[in-house]
Amino acid sequence: MSLPLVVLLPFLGAIAAPLFAQGGRTAIAIASSVPALIALAALFPHWSVLSAGGTVLHSYEWLPVLGLSFSFRLDGLALLFALLILIIGLLIILYAHYYLKAKENVAKFYSLLLCFKGSMLGIVLSGNLLLMLIFWELTSLTSFLLISFWTHKQDARRGARMALAVTGGGGLALLAGILLIGNIVGSFELDDVLAAGDQIKAHALYPVALTLILLGAFTKSAQFPFHFWLPHAMQAPTPISAYLHSATMVKAGIFLMARLYPALAGTEQWFYMVSFTGMATLLLGAYIAMFKHDLKGLLAYSTVSHLGLITLLLGMGTQLAAVAAIFHVINHATFKASLFMAAGIIDHETGTRDMRRINGLWRYMPHTATLAMVAASSMAGVPLLNGFLSKEMFFAESLQLNLPGLWAWLPPVVATLAGIFAVAYSARFIHDVFFNGKPVDLPKYPPHEPPRYMKIPVEILVFACIMVGVFPTVSVGPLLYSAASATLGGNVPDYQLAVIHGFNLPLLMSFMAFFGGLLMYSQRRRFFAFHARFREVDEKAVFEAVVSKVVSLANRFTGWVENGSLQRYAILLVLSVIAVTALPLAGNGFYIGENGLSPVDWPTAFAAGVLIIAALATVVWHRERFFALVLLSVVGLIVALAFARFSAPDLAMTQLSVEVVTIVLLMLALYYMPSWTPMESSGPQRFRDILIALVAGSGMTLITLTMLTQPFSTISEFFLENSKPGGGGTNVVNVILVDFRGFDTLGEITVLAIAALGIYSMLKNTALTPPPGDGLGHAWTRDHYPLMLRQIARPMLPLALMVSAYIFLRGHNLPGGGFIAGLITSVALILQYIASGMIWTQDRIPFRYHNVIGLGLLFATIAGAGSLAFGYPFLTSAFGYITWPVVGKFEVASAMVFDLGVYLAVIGATLLALVSIGRLSPHSAIKSQKEGV
Amino acid sequence: MELLFALVIGALTASGVYLLLRARTFPVVMGLTLLSYGVNLFLFATGRLATGQQPVIGTSASYSDPLPQALVLTAIVIGFAMTAFLVVLALRNLADNENDHVDGQHENTSPTSEEQEQEVTSK
Repeated sequence: MSLPLVVLLPFLGAIAAPLFAQGGRTAIAIASSVPALIALAALFPHWSVLSAGGTVLHSYEWLPVLGLSFSFRLDGLALLFALLILIIGLLIILYAHYYLKAKENVAKFYSLLLCFKGSMLGIVLSGNLLLMLIFWELTSLTSFLLISFWTHKQDARRGARMALAVTGGGGLALLAGILLIGNIVGSFELDDVLAAGDQIKAHALYPVALTLILLGAFTKSAQFPFHFWLPHAMQAPTPISAYLHSATMVKAGIFLMARLYPALAGTEQWFYMVSFTGMATLLLGAYIAMFKHDLKGLLAYSTVSHLGLITLLLGMGTQLAAVAAIFHVINHATFKASLFMAAGIIDHETGTRDMRRINGLWRYMPHTATLAMVAASSMAGVPLLNGFLSKEMFFAESLQLNLPGLWAWLPPVVATLAGIFAVAYSARFIHDVFFNGKPVDLPKYPPHEPPRYMKIPVEILVFACIMVGVFPTVSVGPLLYSAASATLGGNVPDYQLAVIHGFNLPLLMSFMAFFGGLLMYSQRRRFFAFHARFREVDEKAVFEAVVSKVVSLANRFTGWVENGSLQRYAILLVLSVIAVTALPLAGNGFYIGENGLSPVDWPTAFAAGVLIIAALATVVWHRERFFALVLLSVVGLIVALAFARFSAPDLAMTQLSVEVVTIVLLMLALYYMPSWTPMESSGPQRFRDILIALVAGSGMTLITLTMLTQPFSTISEFFLENSKPGGGGTNVVNVILVDFRGFDTLGEITVLAIAALGIYSMLKNTALTPPPGDGLGHAWTRDHYPLMLRQIARPMLPLALMVSAYIFLRGHNLPGGGFIAGLITSVALILQYIASGMIWTQDRIPFRYHNVIGLGLLFATIAGAGSLAFGYPFLTSAFGYITWPVVGKFEVASAMVFDLGVYLAVIGATLLALVSIGRLSPHSAIKSQKEGV
Repeated sequence: MELLFALVIGALTASGVYLLLRARTFPVVMGLTLLSYGVNLFLFATGRLATGQQPVIGTSASYSDPLPQALVLTAIVIGFAMTAFLVVLALRNLADNENDHVDGQHENTSPTSEEQEQEVTSK
């Protein structure tokens, strides 16, 4: 339990910290320190297991299907990073307490800081790669919020956005890489992945997975060419720069590489990608750092350079190099965090960070100066300080690389060169700031020492630098050994943490770097003049330009695809349907299957011919809308006949009644619409559309032909066998609808109801005035409700209702049922509207169609839910037989109640839709009222 | 028979697609109606073409596949609901934009009655 607690406590603290805002700044700072203190106490008991080379695993299931578990794992490497995060975090809280001004939102600051701390601990303690990725993204987000803490500064907002874009983009790559690894290994658990190193490296996708994961690591750890976000993240308050952007978050990429070292490292791809990226970053960062006038800018580029150094060490692939890398992580965190804090103090006391103005501070703040000078010396690699030890190991390792021919010279030369730059910029940090004449035009004058307690975190870190530098074995020996053992999978090489290894080549390189650096600094004017000849690239401007270019490209693309034209969408839709259908079929081809063709009879051929002609005629005369509608109804009728011809009486009846309702509906709509379609498409457009239509049509012909001639098997045997014994009906189609697949039908009548209600609400407050006559200029007939039609329609109603009742009742055993009966009733009622008008009919119908729909859905649902009461699943049907006096033996099934629901829903929906349209024109309603029909 | 059926479906699809790509709402509605005839027939045909084998127990020796039939039956009814909704959308478009172009263009591009007269007489 203790490991999840360590991760979750800071998040709880983030919620709790603002609650202490009433108690003042000190209360918040103390409250914010509590989670870290508890976490340290919780980690302490595990040391005995870790020092023996073991790991602690606390795992809980979360989403086992996805391979995501809530699992936390502690080993030496995780402990080392956790300690860095927790201890430096505590020092940062103390430091920030004095750094932040009184008017600033301290609660927000500490809350975000704790969120970050929890996320960072999550990364290092996760025992599952997916879980780690979640925390990884959380650090990107919290870092974004912390960089833009001073939201009023434009630079801070831009810097934050850049950091988020770069690290977030890397996070996406990392996600892809992790998914690949999980796919290769078959598990996302860290233990499984680490054990499957050989399997991963042998896999064909290893280079892809490696590249993606390294992209994630390189963006996070500001490796070239993604390094540019880090200097711009320095717009953050200095405690954040010290904590996130030197000691912890930027080390997350390093951590990832070290974490997956056993699984990914040791191949040529790893060596070249990681070591050359590291080398480029090392040199570039060190070079630029030399020329920065901003105190934090210098430190930022120096951080980039040191991160490159660690990456290079990890890339070398030797075990000793990996040890050196981890050692340098510790050392860099201590001296760089203290330097950032010192820079923050100087900024705080002088009001500027410009090294051209800050000079000679030794006279004003000797205490701070001493601390900063020690830390800077460690950064330069001066003996007896921790930076010297790991740098010495680095020099030694750079000599060990087996590169072919003259290339072997590259690593030691790069290392020495970077060392020279490091000494030069460290010397500049010391000499320019604390000596070199007098301060120039400081915003705050005279500067003085900061509050006593603000220096304590710096003192502790500087003390650590010296302790590690002088007594390396005692101070960090066990921790380093345990971390190295975890990184290398237990194979720790022999190494010695001695202050001086004797006079050898690495020591010579150190001397060269030291004196070369001092020489370079003394000749700095020449180098500055040299550097000034190059135009400095403003990464932020470039980044913003690229982003706005991408956005405008995306906008143009969106505008091109989504131009507001439904015609364009329809074409794209049809074309993509053709594409996705054609592509998979292209390989198999179309052919006449082994079943062959059956003979054609003349009546069927004649009907098919009429259908095809009617369909094409609809297209040819589509601009004369009434005529086209008549042709369309011919098509619909023959489709109904086709169903009847091919053994589907239920479909034929449904199609017939739907056809009637549809044509009435379209007629009604046409009453309001122009009855003529203007000629708008140009010749080429029509040619294009005809081509698309022909491709679609012939494609469908080929697909149908291929399908129909294939051998065929169906699952319908089950329905045919169980229809009578299980569903109590012989009409299998109806039994499927109301019984076997009753749930589907319930859904379908619900859709029907929603469509009808949608129509009602869409037309509720709409008024349309129909044109005075038809498209040919003829006025409508003045006889709105012809006498003959009226006289025939009225006696038809009871007859039609009786027929529909008959169709409904027999539906379970013979063609018919709720859908068909409902449509027949609808047609009969619609006829009354047509014949006698809206007002007359509505006056004689004592209910609202909304209620009919509702009642229908209610019946259907009750029929389904009734079976629940008897302990059967939803929509289980029961049936029995009763004998009626005249009719005789009659079957009653609970499915009939369901079918009644279908019947009512169909009537309600159909009529609500049509009546809503009919009611559109107030004109006709008033007229009919006047006539009193 | 299979070839004939396939040709019917092809003709319905081609006519439907062409009308679907027109610029006015009414032809588009008609196009969708034709297309859904084609789709319904296609779905129905997945159960193969059978003559005189209606799936009513006891009426014949063998039965055609009832499952696609049940599927198509609801498809016909849902298709009607869709057509109705679409028609109403077209009417609402006409009411709001005072023309029946599918893109809801505001400039009144529908022909005046004079132009129609001309076109009719020129025929």
